[in-house]
Amino acid sequence: MPRPIIEVKGLSKKYRISHQGGYLALRDILASCLKKPFEVLKHRREKLPSREDIWALKDVSFDIKQGEVVGLIGRNGAGKTTLLKILSKITYPAEGEVYLWGRVGSLLEVGTGFHAELTGRENIYFNGAILGMKKKEIDRKFDEIVEFSGVEKFLDTPVKRFSSGMQVRLAFSVAAHLEPEILLVDEVLAVGDAQFQKKCLGKMKDISTGGRTILFVSHNMSAIRSLCSRTIMLENGRLAMDADTETVVSRYLDQNLKIGALISGKELESKLEGKINKLNPSIRFKEVAFFNAQDLPASTFNSGETIKIRITYECVTVVNNLNILIHIVDEESKVVFESRNTDNEDEANFYHRDPGVYVSTCVIPLNSLKETRLFVSVYLEYPKVEHLILDRILGFNIIFQGQNEISVGLKDSSTRPSIKWDTEFIGTKKQGEDL
Amino acid sequence: MEDNISLGNLTVIKSPKGWLNIGLKELWAYRELVYFFIWRDIKVRYKQTAIGALWAIFQPLVTMLIFTIFFGRFAKMPSDNIPYPIFVYVGLLLWNYFSFGLSHSSDSMVSNANIIQKVYFPRLIIPISSSLTGLIDFFIASAIFIGLMVYYRFSPRISIILYFPLLILITFLSSVGLGCFFASVNVKYRDVRYALPFFIQMLMFLTPVIYPMSMLGNKYKWLLYFNPMSGVIETARGVIFGNRAIDTALLLSSMIISLFLFIFGIMYFRKTERYFADII
Repeated sequence: MPRPIIEVKGLSKKYRISHQGGYLALRDILASCLKKPFEVLKHRREKLPSREDIWALKDVSFDIKQGEVVGLIGRNGAGKTTLLKILSKITYPAEGEVYLWGRVGSLLEVGTGFHAELTGRENIYFNGAILGMKKKEIDRKFDEIVEFSGVEKFLDTPVKRFSSGMQVRLAFSVAAHLEPEILLVDEVLAVGDAQFQKKCLGKMKDISTGGRTILFVSHNMSAIRSLCSRTIMLENGRLAMDADTETVVSRYLDQNLKIGALISGKELESKLEGKINKLNPSIRFKEVAFFNAQDLPASTFNSGETIKIRITYECVTVVNNLNILIHIVDEESKVVFESRNTDNEDEANFYHRDPGVYVSTCVIPLNSLKETRLFVSVYLEYPKVEHLILDRILGFNIIFQGQNEISVGLKDSSTRPSIKWDTEFIGTKKQGEDL
Repeated sequence: MEDNISLGNLTVIKSPKGWLNIGLKELWAYRELVYFFIWRDIKVRYKQTAIGALWAIFQPLVTMLIFTIFFGRFAKMPSDNIPYPIFVYVGLLLWNYFSFGLSHSSDSMVSNANIIQKVYFPRLIIPISSSLTGLIDFFIASAIFIGLMVYYRFSPRISIILYFPLLILITFLSSVGLGCFFASVNVKYRDVRYALPFFIQMLMFLTPVIYPMSMLGNKYKWLLYFNPMSGVIETARGVIFGNRAIDTALLLSSMIISLFLFIFGIMYFRKTERYFADII
């Protein structure tokens, strides 16, 4: 039995949330001292009243053996990043302890410390040094890093002139060449184009087969599936499940993604993400619902039937230039297609919205999706003010109704549009004779 | 495989209690990073400037000229019979390094917040390297000073070789010590950002930069003994101009106070650094 390389025992982390928000200014402390000098003295430990402790992690324990590649999943705010931050010593736990038997490299963000004014070459050195590489090590791997990133031509250009994709590529290349015994990776593959993402995944696989231990956080279930043999799921700071990847991922998907005809109220609000102004919202989500061709609520559709998606929301203030965007997403979190209300000319002209409740509907044409389970993500964008996201808020099933129940190669295809085919017999052809 | 993992590689993470040690061993292991931070700051500093590093020459020279005109000519500030330009330049040389080191290290944690939240390394590296960066400017300005010395036909005492490293060390220790303290206070209370420039300016008038200590009567002179920069600047002048004996008591008090500031600042920093990433 190999000894565990990572031992986590009863780990807890508490954050203090101040409801007033903002930074603590000396002024406030002084002011409260002046107002109630005795109370401040009495309750020095529990000064300002409107505060609340939130357990970002609560009593989490697990072991990881050397050479294991373990996935870490959970909803936003489940404590994944906090756990990685503790393991990489960025922040300390309130309770519990961790034993790490080896050099730790952590990659919580791609391109930490990248400086816009520095050139590609300079950033490779500085970034590498920050991540814990020695200068000699960077010298030795420099060519490899550059080659992997594919930005050779721009090495002596300040990175502020790089496209964001190029920056990400360069940054990941540096990080990918770290050689720690334990590698902690946060959601970093979410950036970059698809081709580069593939390359990164490949690199991660290489690293893992080299006997290194990896703890990998991702929302991308297909990345988790292809990399990790074991997965840990966190829920509200607690360890909810720790088992083989297939079991945990399917449980996660079932649990978190609702299949149904309608979602609204508290259930919907609990899934709201993005840039939200809780105090003075300008827009509010009310409901997302599916209807079939007969205008009846439904969550299962025939492929030969239209799907109507109805989004209900409220404009609390006057809202201009509102964008409504939907993504149709498959079980592997891959976007099948997207559609925006302003793609429609009529909608684009609907620029000004007075306060009140609105309903926007869109209809997915019949015979456009393949038979599978799909989810809809809804984005409500009030440019520069608020940006509400309902990630995979509601799911539906498509059943195929057609000639061939199962088509070979359908596995890799995301859509199955009904396309008109026509075959005609135009006679037999003889040699040397044009038709 | 298992053989690779020795006991020496074990890292234990738990909730820290009480005061932490300085962590010299770890700091030493990360020494290259100090170099990289300095290297980055220097590289970044003069990017997109037309005259680049010439700023490091202009700044002290122009300040010296202005001070000479206003304090030397108009205000007739005494200067122990040394030409006022070089008299004030010595003060500015050391003072500028101190104030650069102090203000940059105090600001360093907040300005590197993105790195602190995402990567681990001994946090002390940041304020230390911020203060060390100021040495580059110091050496450039010193080169100018050699030119001034030639112009005014002064030759320093030979003991300058012994004294200067000590004076630089005292300045470094005081700026890093105070800087570490302010840097950690700054993480929690951003007021420091606004109060510090003001504080540094006040402090300059409480340091014999533009005036000699002899200007103050014995009644107030003792006050300056609490300011480590007094001893540094007065000793530097004594060594360079050789016009009077070096006040050993003053120098000794500078050394003790700078050492105290350094240890206090670093201990305070180490005690508070555990929550930096959470609240910065």
